[in-house]
Amino acid sequence: MSFVTRGFGGGSRDRDDRLPPGQTLVQDFPVLSAGPTPEVDTGEWEFRIITEAGTHRWSWDEFNALPSEDIATDIHCVTHWSKLGTSWRGVSLDTLFENVESQFDYVMARSYGGYTTNVPLDELLDGQAWVATEFDGEPLDPEHGGPARLLVPHLYFWKSAKWVRSLVMMPRDDPGFWEQNGYHLHGDPWQEERYW
Amino acid sequence: MIGRPSVPRSGWHAAVVVSSTAETRTAARLELEIEGWPGNAAGQHLDVRLTAPDGYTATRSYSIASSGPATGDATRVVLAVDRVPGGEVSPYLVDVARAGDRLEVHGPLGAFFVWQPAADAAEAAGVADAAGSADAAADPDAAEAATAADAAGAPAARPVQLIAGGSGVVPLAAMAQAHGDAGDATPFRMLYSVRSPADLFFAAELQRLVAAPAPFRLDLVYTRATPEGWPVGPGRLTRDALEAAVFAASETPRVFVCGSTGFVERVASWLIELGHDARDIRTERFGGT
Amino acid sequence: MDHLDGNALAGPLADYFAFDVTEARARCNGCGEVAEFARALVFASPAGTVVRCSSCDHVLATLVEAGERAWLGLSGVSALEVRRA
Repeated sequence: MSFVTRGFGGGSRDRDDRLPPGQTLVQDFPVLSAGPTPEVDTGEWEFRIITEAGTHRWSWDEFNALPSEDIATDIHCVTHWSKLGTSWRGVSLDTLFENVESQFDYVMARSYGGYTTNVPLDELLDGQAWVATEFDGEPLDPEHGGPARLLVPHLYFWKSAKWVRSLVMMPRDDPGFWEQNGYHLHGDPWQEERYW
Repeated sequence: MIGRPSVPRSGWHAAVVVSSTAETRTAARLELEIEGWPGNAAGQHLDVRLTAPDGYTATRSYSIASSGPATGDATRVVLAVDRVPGGEVSPYLVDVARAGDRLEVHGPLGAFFVWQPAADAAEAAGVADAAGSADAAADPDAAEAATAADAAGAPAARPVQLIAGGSGVVPLAAMAQAHGDAGDATPFRMLYSVRSPADLFFAAELQRLVAAPAPFRLDLVYTRATPEGWPVGPGRLTRDALEAAVFAASETPRVFVCGSTGFVERVASWLIELGHDARDIRTERFGGT
Repeated sequence: MDHLDGNALAGPLADYFAFDVTEARARCNGCGEVAEFARALVFASPAGTVVRCSSCDHVLATLVEAGERAWLGLSGVSALEVRRA
Protein backbone atom coordinates (compact mmCIF):
# COMPACT_ATOMS: atom_id res chain seq x y z
CA MET A 1 0.00 0.00 0.00
CA SER A 2 1.43 3.35 -0.92
CA PHE A 3 -0.15 6.54 -2.17
CA VAL A 4 0.83 10.16 -2.69
CA THR A 5 -0.17 12.56 0.07
CA ARG A 6 -1.75 15.76 -1.26
CA GLY A 7 0.34 18.84 -0.57
CA PHE A 8 3.50 17.00 0.50
CA GLY A 9 6.39 18.04 -1.74
CA GLY A 10 9.21 16.46 0.21
CA GLY A 11 11.46 19.51 -0.14
CA SER A 12 13.58 20.62 -3.09
CA ARG A 13 16.07 18.20 -4.56
CA ASP A 14 18.25 19.77 -7.25
CA ARG A 15 20.06 17.82 -9.98
CA ASP A 16 23.60 18.44 -11.23
CA ASP A 17 25.65 16.68 -13.94
CA ARG A 18 28.71 16.51 -11.70
CA LEU A 19 26.84 14.24 -9.33
CA PRO A 20 27.38 10.48 -9.24
CA PRO A 21 24.27 8.42 -9.98
CA GLY A 22 21.52 8.63 -7.38
CA GLN A 23 23.02 11.67 -5.65
CA THR A 24 21.43 15.03 -4.83
CA LEU A 25 23.19 18.34 -4.30
CA VAL A 26 23.12 19.95 -0.85
CA GLN A 27 24.47 23.29 0.34
CA ASP A 28 24.64 22.50 4.04
CA PHE A 29 26.71 19.76 5.62
CA PRO A 30 24.45 17.10 7.13
CA VAL A 31 25.83 15.31 10.16
CA LEU A 32 25.48 11.53 10.35
CA SER A 33 26.30 9.93 13.64
CA ALA A 34 26.32 6.37 14.87
CA GLY A 35 26.79 7.43 18.47
CA PRO A 36 27.66 10.19 20.89
CA THR A 37 30.21 12.75 19.67
CA PRO A 38 33.53 11.98 21.39
CA GLU A 39 35.15 14.98 23.03
CA VAL A 40 38.83 14.49 22.25
CA ASP A 41 41.26 16.87 23.89
CA THR A 42 44.17 17.67 21.58
CA GLY A 43 46.49 17.36 24.59
CA GLU A 44 45.61 13.68 24.76
CA TRP A 45 44.99 13.11 21.07
CA GLU A 46 47.30 10.73 19.30
CA PHE A 47 47.42 9.38 15.77
CA ARG A 48 48.85 5.94 15.15
CA ILE A 49 49.67 3.67 12.25
CA ILE A 50 49.89 0.09 13.46
CA THR A 51 51.64 -2.59 11.42
CA GLU A 52 52.74 -6.15 12.04
CA ALA A 53 56.13 -4.68 12.94
CA GLY A 54 55.08 -2.01 15.39
CA THR A 55 53.35 1.31 15.98
CA HIS A 56 54.10 4.73 14.55
CA ARG A 57 52.73 7.55 16.76
CA TRP A 58 52.20 11.27 16.39
CA SER A 59 51.10 13.62 19.16
CA TRP A 60 48.96 16.63 18.20
CA ASP A 61 52.05 18.86 18.08
CA GLU A 62 54.08 16.34 16.11
CA PHE A 63 51.18 15.87 13.71
CA ASN A 64 50.81 19.60 13.15
CA ALA A 65 54.54 19.89 12.42
CA LEU A 66 54.09 17.64 9.36
CA PRO A 67 53.68 19.28 5.96
CA SER A 68 49.99 19.83 5.27
CA GLU A 69 48.10 20.82 2.15
CA ASP A 70 44.85 22.38 1.01
CA ILE A 71 42.34 19.99 -0.51
CA ALA A 72 39.43 21.06 -2.71
CA THR A 73 37.10 18.17 -3.42
CA ASP A 74 33.55 16.98 -3.87
CA ILE A 75 32.14 14.68 -1.22
CA HIS A 76 29.44 12.05 -1.69
CA CYS A 77 27.42 10.58 1.15
CA VAL A 78 25.77 7.19 0.71
CA THR A 79 22.54 8.76 1.99
CA HIS A 80 22.24 10.38 -1.45
CA TRP A 81 23.65 13.84 -0.81
CA SER A 82 26.74 15.33 -2.40
CA LYS A 83 28.49 18.58 -1.66
CA LEU A 84 30.69 20.09 -4.36
CA GLY A 85 33.92 22.04 -3.97
CA THR A 86 34.47 21.58 -0.26
CA SER A 87 37.78 22.85 1.14
CA TRP A 88 39.89 21.10 3.71
CA ARG A 89 43.39 21.17 5.11
CA GLY A 90 45.21 18.07 6.21
CA VAL A 91 48.21 15.80 6.02
CA SER A 92 48.46 13.47 3.04
CA LEU A 93 48.59 9.77 3.86
CA ASP A 94 51.59 9.63 1.51
CA THR A 95 53.40 11.72 4.14
CA LEU A 96 52.16 9.61 7.04
CA PHE A 97 53.09 6.33 5.35
CA GLU A 98 56.54 7.56 4.21
CA ASN A 99 58.43 5.46 6.76
CA VAL A 100 55.86 2.73 7.27
CA GLU A 101 56.65 -0.78 6.04
CA SER A 102 54.00 -3.49 5.91
CA GLN A 103 53.35 -6.70 4.02
CA PHE A 104 49.62 -6.13 4.36
CA ASP A 105 47.40 -4.55 1.71
CA TYR A 106 44.40 -3.45 3.74
CA VAL A 107 43.73 -0.82 6.38
CA MET A 108 41.19 -0.60 9.16
CA ALA A 109 40.62 2.97 10.29
CA ARG A 110 39.70 3.11 13.97
CA SER A 111 38.17 6.12 15.66
CA TYR A 112 37.74 7.57 19.10
CA GLY A 113 34.29 6.34 20.10
CA GLY A 114 34.78 2.92 18.53
CA TYR A 115 33.83 3.49 14.87
CA THR A 116 35.73 1.48 12.25
CA THR A 117 35.89 1.43 8.46
CA ASN A 118 38.03 -0.58 6.02
CA VAL A 119 39.92 0.74 2.97
CA PRO A 120 42.52 -0.93 0.72
CA LEU A 121 45.94 0.70 1.22
CA ASP A 122 46.37 1.49 -2.47
CA GLU A 123 43.24 3.65 -2.30
CA LEU A 124 44.75 5.75 0.47
CA LEU A 125 48.06 6.56 -1.23
CA ASP A 126 49.08 8.63 -4.32
CA GLY A 127 47.21 11.74 -3.27
CA GLN A 128 43.89 10.02 -2.69
CA ALA A 129 43.50 10.48 1.07
CA TRP A 130 44.34 12.75 3.99
CA VAL A 131 43.94 13.13 7.72
CA ALA A 132 42.14 16.48 7.81
CA THR A 133 42.14 18.92 10.69
CA GLU A 134 40.48 21.95 9.06
CA PHE A 135 37.28 22.50 7.11
CA ASP A 136 36.57 25.83 5.36
CA GLY A 137 39.58 27.44 7.02
CA GLU A 138 38.46 26.57 10.54
CA PRO A 139 39.54 23.82 12.90
CA LEU A 140 37.32 20.80 12.32
CA ASP A 141 34.54 20.89 14.90
CA PRO A 142 33.74 17.73 16.87
CA GLU A 143 30.39 17.22 15.07
CA HIS A 144 32.26 16.93 11.78
CA GLY A 145 34.96 14.68 13.15
CA GLY A 146 37.38 17.04 14.90
CA PRO A 147 40.08 17.23 15.98
CA ALA A 148 40.95 15.06 12.96
CA ARG A 149 39.15 12.87 10.45
CA LEU A 150 40.13 10.66 7.60
CA LEU A 151 39.31 12.16 4.19
CA VAL A 152 38.94 9.68 1.30
CA PRO A 153 36.75 11.72 -1.03
CA HIS A 154 36.70 9.30 -3.97
CA LEU A 155 34.76 6.79 -1.83
CA TYR A 156 31.40 7.29 -0.10
CA PHE A 157 31.83 9.57 2.87
CA TRP A 158 31.31 6.90 5.57
CA LYS A 159 34.86 5.80 4.66
CA SER A 160 36.13 9.23 5.76
CA ALA A 161 36.13 8.19 9.41
CA LYS A 162 35.40 10.98 11.88
CA TRP A 163 37.58 11.24 15.03
CA VAL A 164 40.18 8.97 13.43
CA ARG A 165 42.69 7.61 15.90
CA SER A 166 44.60 4.87 14.16
CA LEU A 167 45.11 3.05 10.90
CA VAL A 168 45.70 -0.65 11.45
CA MET A 169 47.29 -2.70 8.65
CA MET A 170 45.54 -6.03 8.04
CA PRO A 171 46.12 -8.98 5.71
CA ARG A 172 42.48 -9.25 4.55
CA ASP A 173 39.83 -6.69 3.68
CA ASP A 174 37.85 -7.21 6.89
CA PRO A 175 34.64 -5.18 7.12
CA GLY A 176 34.36 -2.11 9.37
CA PHE A 177 31.29 -1.00 11.32
CA TRP A 178 28.84 -0.12 8.55
CA GLU A 179 30.39 -2.68 6.19
CA GLN A 180 29.47 -5.43 8.68
CA ASN A 181 25.93 -4.16 8.85
CA GLY A 182 24.86 -3.90 5.22
CA TYR A 183 27.12 -1.37 3.49
CA HIS A 184 29.47 -2.18 0.63
CA LEU A 185 33.00 -3.32 1.37
CA HIS A 186 34.45 -0.82 -1.12
CA GLY A 187 31.99 2.06 -1.60
CA ASP A 188 32.73 3.73 -4.95
CA PRO A 189 30.01 6.36 -5.57
CA TRP A 190 30.45 6.28 -9.36
CA GLN A 191 29.71 2.54 -9.32
CA GLU A 192 26.94 3.07 -6.76
CA GLU A 193 28.55 0.57 -4.40
CA ARG A 194 26.17 1.35 -1.57
CA TYR A 195 25.23 -2.01 -0.05
CA TRP A 196 26.33 -5.66 -0.09
CA MET B 1 4.88 -15.07 31.32
CA ILE B 2 1.36 -16.36 30.95
CA GLY B 3 -1.68 -14.16 30.72
CA ARG B 4 0.34 -11.07 30.07
CA PRO B 5 -1.83 -8.26 28.70
CA SER B 6 -1.08 -7.57 25.11
CA VAL B 7 -1.51 -4.61 22.86
CA PRO B 8 -3.20 -4.90 19.48
CA ARG B 9 -1.13 -6.17 16.58
CA SER B 10 0.37 -3.38 14.47
CA GLY B 11 0.06 -2.94 10.74
CA TRP B 12 -0.03 -0.35 7.97
CA HIS B 13 -3.34 1.43 7.55
CA ALA B 14 -4.86 4.12 5.37
CA ALA B 15 -6.00 7.09 7.45
CA VAL B 16 -8.24 9.98 6.49
CA VAL B 17 -7.99 13.33 8.25
CA VAL B 18 -11.40 14.07 9.76
CA SER B 19 -10.51 17.39 11.32
CA SER B 20 -7.55 19.60 12.14
CA THR B 21 -7.86 22.25 14.82
CA ALA B 22 -5.38 24.50 16.61
CA GLU B 23 -4.25 22.85 19.86
CA THR B 24 -1.66 25.43 20.96
CA ARG B 25 -0.07 28.31 19.08
CA THR B 26 2.36 25.87 17.45
CA ALA B 27 0.44 22.60 17.47
CA ALA B 28 -2.60 21.06 15.82
CA ARG B 29 -4.99 18.39 16.98
CA LEU B 30 -5.67 15.96 14.16
CA GLU B 31 -8.53 13.55 14.24
CA LEU B 32 -7.98 10.59 11.93
CA GLU B 33 -10.32 7.91 10.75
CA ILE B 34 -8.29 4.75 10.29
CA GLU B 35 -9.55 1.80 8.34
CA GLY B 36 -8.98 -1.50 10.14
CA TRP B 37 -7.38 0.11 13.19
CA PRO B 38 -7.30 -2.57 15.90
CA GLY B 39 -7.56 -0.10 18.78
CA ASN B 40 -4.68 1.00 20.97
CA ALA B 41 -3.57 1.26 24.58
CA ALA B 42 -2.89 4.62 26.22
CA GLY B 43 0.71 5.69 25.60
CA GLN B 44 1.22 3.92 22.28
CA HIS B 45 2.39 5.74 19.19
CA LEU B 46 2.05 5.40 15.45
CA ASP B 47 4.32 6.18 12.52
CA VAL B 48 3.02 8.53 9.84
CA ARG B 49 4.40 8.07 6.31
CA LEU B 50 4.03 10.81 3.71
CA THR B 51 4.76 10.15 0.04
CA ALA B 52 5.61 12.92 -2.45
CA PRO B 53 4.60 12.73 -6.14
CA ASP B 54 8.17 11.68 -7.10
CA GLY B 55 8.02 8.73 -4.71
CA TYR B 56 10.06 10.33 -1.93
CA THR B 57 8.79 9.29 1.49
CA ALA B 58 9.22 10.61 5.01
CA THR B 59 8.21 8.73 8.16
CA ARG B 60 7.92 10.08 11.72
CA SER B 61 6.54 8.78 15.01
CA TYR B 62 3.72 10.53 16.87
CA SER B 63 2.18 9.64 20.20
CA ILE B 64 -1.51 8.89 20.15
CA ALA B 65 -3.62 11.15 22.36
CA SER B 66 -6.54 8.75 22.44
CA SER B 67 -6.96 5.12 23.43
CA GLY B 68 -9.55 2.41 23.28
CA PRO B 69 -10.63 -0.64 21.33
CA ALA B 70 -11.49 -0.75 17.65
CA THR B 71 -14.90 0.69 16.95
CA GLY B 72 -15.74 -0.88 13.65
CA ASP B 73 -14.57 -0.36 10.08
CA ALA B 74 -12.95 3.04 10.62
CA THR B 75 -11.81 3.92 14.10
CA ARG B 76 -11.18 7.49 15.26
CA VAL B 77 -7.67 8.25 16.56
CA VAL B 78 -6.47 11.61 17.86
CA LEU B 79 -2.96 13.03 17.40
CA ALA B 80 -1.60 16.28 18.74
CA VAL B 81 1.39 17.40 16.70
CA ASP B 82 3.76 20.23 17.55
CA ARG B 83 5.41 22.02 14.63
CA VAL B 84 9.18 21.53 14.67
CA PRO B 85 10.69 24.48 12.77
CA GLY B 86 12.58 23.23 9.73
CA GLY B 87 11.03 19.81 10.14
CA GLU B 88 9.80 17.72 7.27
CA VAL B 89 6.64 16.04 8.49
CA SER B 90 5.34 18.08 11.43
CA PRO B 91 4.94 21.36 9.46
CA TYR B 92 2.94 19.38 6.91
CA LEU B 93 0.69 17.85 9.56
CA VAL B 94 0.20 21.15 11.44
CA ASP B 95 -0.11 23.61 8.55
CA VAL B 96 -1.13 21.72 5.42
CA ALA B 97 -3.14 18.62 6.30
CA ARG B 98 -6.87 19.23 6.24
CA ALA B 99 -10.09 17.24 6.37
CA GLY B 100 -10.22 14.62 3.63
CA ASP B 101 -6.45 14.22 3.19
CA ARG B 102 -5.10 10.70 3.25
CA LEU B 103 -2.03 9.55 5.15
CA GLU B 104 -0.44 6.17 5.76
CA VAL B 105 -0.05 5.17 9.37
CA HIS B 106 1.74 2.22 10.97
CA GLY B 107 0.55 1.14 14.35
CA PRO B 108 -0.36 0.91 17.10
CA LEU B 109 3.28 0.72 18.22
CA GLY B 110 5.15 0.10 21.45
CA ALA B 111 4.18 -2.00 24.45
CA PHE B 112 6.68 -0.46 26.87
CA PHE B 113 5.44 3.10 27.38
CA VAL B 114 1.87 2.05 28.04
CA TRP B 115 -0.64 2.26 30.86
CA GLN B 116 -3.89 0.32 30.92
CA PRO B 117 -6.63 0.46 33.53
CA ALA B 118 -6.95 -2.81 35.46
CA ALA B 119 -10.22 -3.91 33.86
CA ASP B 120 -9.06 -3.09 30.33
CA ALA B 121 -5.77 -4.87 30.81
CA ALA B 122 -7.54 -8.09 31.71
CA GLU B 123 -9.95 -7.68 28.85
CA ALA B 124 -7.19 -6.89 26.37
CA ALA B 125 -5.49 -10.15 27.27
CA GLY B 126 -8.74 -12.00 26.64
CA VAL B 127 -9.39 -10.19 23.38
CA ALA B 128 -5.90 -10.93 22.13
CA ASP B 129 -6.44 -14.61 22.80
CA ALA B 130 -9.79 -14.67 21.06
CA ALA B 131 -8.55 -12.55 18.19
CA GLY B 132 -6.45 -15.20 16.63
CA SER B 133 -3.39 -16.14 18.61
CA ALA B 134 -2.82 -19.84 18.10
CA ASP B 135 -3.16 -20.13 21.84
CA ALA B 136 -6.93 -19.59 21.79
CA ALA B 137 -7.30 -22.53 24.18
CA ALA B 138 -6.38 -20.21 27.02
CA ASP B 139 -9.51 -19.70 29.04
CA PRO B 140 -8.94 -16.57 31.08
CA ASP B 141 -10.34 -17.52 34.46
CA ALA B 142 -10.40 -15.08 37.33
CA ALA B 143 -6.90 -15.88 38.46
CA GLU B 144 -5.39 -15.31 35.05
CA ALA B 145 -7.27 -12.08 34.64
CA ALA B 146 -5.90 -10.92 37.96
CA THR B 147 -2.38 -11.83 36.88
CA ALA B 148 -2.94 -9.88 33.70
CA ALA B 149 -4.12 -6.84 35.59
CA ASP B 150 -1.10 -7.12 37.84
CA ALA B 151 1.33 -7.36 34.99
CA ALA B 152 -0.28 -4.31 33.41
CA GLY B 153 0.89 -2.56 36.52
CA ALA B 154 -2.48 -1.17 37.45
CA PRO B 155 -3.05 -2.44 40.96
CA ALA B 156 -4.69 0.37 42.91
CA ALA B 157 -2.00 0.19 45.59
CA ARG B 158 0.79 1.59 43.38
CA PRO B 159 0.27 5.19 42.36
CA VAL B 160 1.19 6.45 38.90
CA GLN B 161 3.22 9.60 38.33
CA LEU B 162 3.22 11.22 34.90
CA ILE B 163 5.91 13.81 34.11
CA ALA B 164 5.62 15.76 30.88
CA GLY B 165 7.84 18.27 29.13
CA GLY B 166 6.09 20.31 26.42
CA SER B 167 4.43 18.20 23.73
CA GLY B 168 5.67 15.11 25.64
CA VAL B 169 2.35 15.41 27.43
CA VAL B 170 0.50 13.70 24.57
CA PRO B 171 0.93 10.01 25.54
CA LEU B 172 0.60 10.93 29.23
CA ALA B 173 -2.66 12.78 28.59
CA ALA B 174 -3.89 9.59 26.89
CA MET B 175 -3.03 7.64 30.06
CA ALA B 176 -4.76 10.22 32.29
CA GLN B 177 -7.81 10.15 30.03
CA ALA B 178 -7.95 6.34 30.07
CA HIS B 179 -7.67 6.43 33.86
CA GLY B 180 -10.49 8.97 34.12
CA ASP B 181 -12.71 7.21 31.58
CA ALA B 182 -12.33 3.91 33.44
CA GLY B 183 -12.99 5.53 36.81
CA ASP B 184 -9.84 3.69 37.89
CA ALA B 185 -8.97 3.96 41.59
CA THR B 186 -5.20 4.16 41.09
CA PRO B 187 -3.92 7.49 42.44
CA PHE B 188 -2.62 9.49 39.47
CA ARG B 189 -0.57 12.68 39.34
CA MET B 190 0.74 14.64 36.40
CA LEU B 191 3.60 17.12 36.57
CA TYR B 192 3.56 19.12 33.35
CA SER B 193 6.29 21.57 32.40
CA VAL B 194 5.16 23.97 29.69
CA ARG B 195 6.37 27.29 28.28
CA SER B 196 3.23 29.37 28.78
CA PRO B 197 -0.55 29.07 29.10
CA ALA B 198 -0.81 29.39 25.31
CA ASP B 199 1.35 26.29 24.92
CA LEU B 200 -0.79 24.00 27.07
CA PHE B 201 -2.03 20.86 25.32
CA PHE B 202 -5.43 19.48 26.38
CA ALA B 203 -6.02 22.35 28.82
CA ALA B 204 -9.78 21.75 29.07
CA GLU B 205 -9.52 17.95 29.15
CA LEU B 206 -6.93 17.99 31.93
CA GLN B 207 -9.05 20.36 34.03
CA ARG B 208 -12.04 18.05 33.57
CA LEU B 209 -9.93 15.09 34.74
CA VAL B 210 -8.94 17.01 37.88
CA ALA B 211 -12.64 17.38 38.70
CA ALA B 212 -13.57 13.79 37.72
CA PRO B 213 -14.03 11.01 40.31
CA ALA B 214 -10.84 9.08 39.41
CA PRO B 215 -8.06 10.43 41.65
CA PHE B 216 -5.97 12.79 39.49
CA ARG B 217 -3.83 15.75 40.50
CA LEU B 218 -2.27 18.16 38.01
CA ASP B 219 0.83 20.25 38.79
CA LEU B 220 1.85 22.79 36.19
CA VAL B 221 5.26 24.41 35.87
CA TYR B 222 5.47 27.41 33.51
CA THR B 223 8.96 27.99 32.13
CA ARG B 224 8.51 31.27 30.18
CA ALA B 225 5.22 32.94 31.15
CA THR B 226 2.59 32.19 33.78
CA PRO B 227 -1.13 32.94 33.91
CA GLU B 228 -2.08 36.07 35.82
CA GLY B 229 -1.98 35.68 39.58
CA TRP B 230 0.14 32.48 39.40
CA PRO B 231 1.87 32.05 42.79
CA VAL B 232 5.40 31.67 41.37
CA GLY B 233 7.26 33.31 38.50
CA PRO B 234 8.19 31.42 35.33
CA GLY B 235 11.27 29.22 35.45
CA ARG B 236 12.67 25.86 34.48
CA LEU B 237 11.59 22.80 36.43
CA THR B 238 13.97 22.29 39.36
CA ARG B 239 14.73 19.21 41.39
CA ASP B 240 13.07 20.80 44.43
CA ALA B 241 9.90 21.60 42.50
CA LEU B 242 9.87 18.07 41.12
CA GLU B 243 10.33 16.57 44.59
CA ALA B 244 7.49 18.70 45.96
CA ALA B 245 5.07 17.65 43.21
CA VAL B 246 5.67 13.96 42.62
CA PHE B 247 4.75 10.89 44.67
CA ALA B 248 7.60 10.14 47.09
CA ALA B 249 9.85 7.17 46.36
CA SER B 250 8.49 5.55 49.53
CA GLU B 251 5.08 5.31 47.85
CA THR B 252 6.75 3.27 45.06
CA PRO B 253 4.95 4.99 42.20
CA ARG B 254 5.30 3.82 38.63
CA VAL B 255 6.67 6.83 36.77
CA PHE B 256 6.23 7.74 33.10
CA VAL B 257 8.38 10.57 31.74
CA CYS B 258 8.06 12.01 28.24
CA GLY B 259 9.70 15.05 26.68
CA SER B 260 12.84 16.14 24.87
CA THR B 261 16.00 14.12 25.42
CA GLY B 262 17.40 16.80 27.73
CA PHE B 263 14.21 16.99 29.79
CA VAL B 264 13.86 13.23 30.12
CA GLU B 265 17.47 12.69 31.16
CA ARG B 266 17.38 15.54 33.70
CA VAL B 267 14.15 14.32 35.25
CA ALA B 268 15.20 10.65 35.27
CA SER B 269 18.47 11.45 37.03
CA TRP B 270 16.62 13.54 39.66
CA LEU B 271 14.19 10.70 40.26
CA ILE B 272 17.07 8.27 40.81
CA GLU B 273 18.68 10.75 43.22
CA LEU B 274 15.37 10.99 45.07
CA GLY B 275 15.41 7.24 45.61
CA HIS B 276 13.12 5.98 42.86
CA ASP B 277 14.04 2.57 41.46
CA ALA B 278 15.26 2.87 37.87
CA ARG B 279 13.05 -0.08 36.93
CA ASP B 280 9.97 1.87 37.98
CA ILE B 281 10.80 4.77 35.66
CA ARG B 282 9.71 4.45 32.05
CA THR B 283 10.83 7.16 29.68
CA GLU B 284 10.13 8.20 26.13
CA ARG B 285 12.17 10.84 24.33
CA PHE B 286 10.70 12.63 21.36
CA GLY B 287 12.73 13.85 18.46
CA GLY B 288 10.42 13.64 15.47
CA THR B 289 10.52 16.46 12.98
CA MET C 1 23.14 15.05 17.85
CA ASP C 2 20.19 14.20 20.06
CA HIS C 3 19.51 10.55 20.48
CA LEU C 4 16.13 8.91 20.87
CA ASP C 5 15.31 5.79 22.81
CA GLY C 6 14.24 2.29 21.93
CA ASN C 7 10.55 3.22 21.88
CA ALA C 8 11.27 4.71 18.46
CA LEU C 9 12.18 1.24 17.15
CA ALA C 10 8.69 -0.17 17.58
CA GLY C 11 7.63 0.82 14.07
CA PRO C 12 10.76 -0.14 12.11
CA LEU C 13 11.13 -3.47 13.94
CA ALA C 14 7.45 -4.36 13.69
CA ASP C 15 8.20 -5.11 10.03
CA TYR C 16 10.65 -7.88 11.01
CA PHE C 17 9.44 -9.35 14.29
CA ALA C 18 6.20 -11.06 15.23
CA PHE C 19 6.28 -9.47 18.71
CA ASP C 20 6.94 -6.00 20.10
CA VAL C 21 10.71 -5.90 20.49
CA THR C 22 10.74 -2.66 22.48
CA GLU C 23 9.26 -4.41 25.50
CA ALA C 24 11.62 -7.40 25.18
CA ARG C 25 14.69 -7.45 27.37
CA ALA C 26 18.13 -7.84 25.82
CA ARG C 27 21.49 -8.61 27.38
CA CYS C 28 24.37 -6.35 26.41
CA ASN C 29 27.55 -8.14 25.30
CA GLY C 30 29.59 -5.18 26.46
CA CYS C 31 28.63 -4.87 30.13
CA GLY C 32 26.09 -7.60 30.80
CA GLU C 33 23.25 -5.18 31.53
CA VAL C 34 19.81 -6.69 30.92
CA ALA C 35 17.16 -4.12 29.98
CA GLU C 36 14.15 -3.63 27.77
CA PHE C 37 15.01 -2.50 24.23
CA ALA C 38 12.88 0.59 24.89
CA ARG C 39 15.50 1.73 27.42
CA ALA C 40 18.36 1.63 24.91
CA LEU C 41 19.73 4.76 23.27
CA VAL C 42 18.92 5.13 19.61
CA PHE C 43 21.01 7.14 17.15
CA ALA C 44 19.00 7.48 14.00
CA SER C 45 20.45 8.86 10.80
CA PRO C 46 19.67 8.42 7.13
CA ALA C 47 22.58 5.95 6.96
CA GLY C 48 21.00 3.67 9.51
CA THR C 49 19.90 3.28 13.07
CA VAL C 50 22.36 2.39 15.80
CA VAL C 51 21.07 1.09 19.12
CA ARG C 52 23.39 1.47 22.10
CA CYS C 53 23.31 0.13 25.65
CA SER C 54 22.16 2.86 28.04
CA SER C 55 24.67 1.65 30.63
CA CYS C 56 27.90 1.37 28.61
CA ASP C 57 27.26 2.83 25.11
CA HIS C 58 28.19 -0.51 23.50
CA VAL C 59 26.46 -1.04 20.14
CA LEU C 60 23.60 -3.49 20.68
CA ALA C 61 21.97 -3.48 17.28
CA THR C 62 21.92 -1.78 13.89
CA LEU C 63 19.24 -1.41 11.28
CA VAL C 64 20.03 -0.39 7.71
CA GLU C 65 17.11 -0.04 5.32
CA ALA C 66 17.45 0.37 1.56
CA GLY C 67 14.34 0.03 -0.55
CA GLU C 68 13.45 -3.62 -0.84
CA ARG C 69 16.24 -4.75 1.48
CA ALA C 70 17.11 -4.27 5.12
CA TRP C 71 19.94 -5.44 7.36
CA LEU C 72 19.29 -6.07 11.00
CA GLY C 73 22.46 -6.46 13.09
CA LEU C 74 22.32 -7.78 16.64
CA SER C 75 26.04 -8.16 17.23
CA GLY C 76 25.96 -6.58 20.71
CA VAL C 77 23.07 -8.62 22.06
CA SER C 78 23.95 -11.97 23.61
CA ALA C 79 20.28 -12.90 23.95
CA LEU C 80 16.83 -11.42 23.58
CA GLU C 81 14.07 -12.46 25.97
CA VAL C 82 11.06 -13.39 23.86
CA ARG C 83 7.65 -13.55 25.48
CA ARG C 84 5.65 -16.61 24.57
CA ALA C 85 1.98 -15.74 24.90
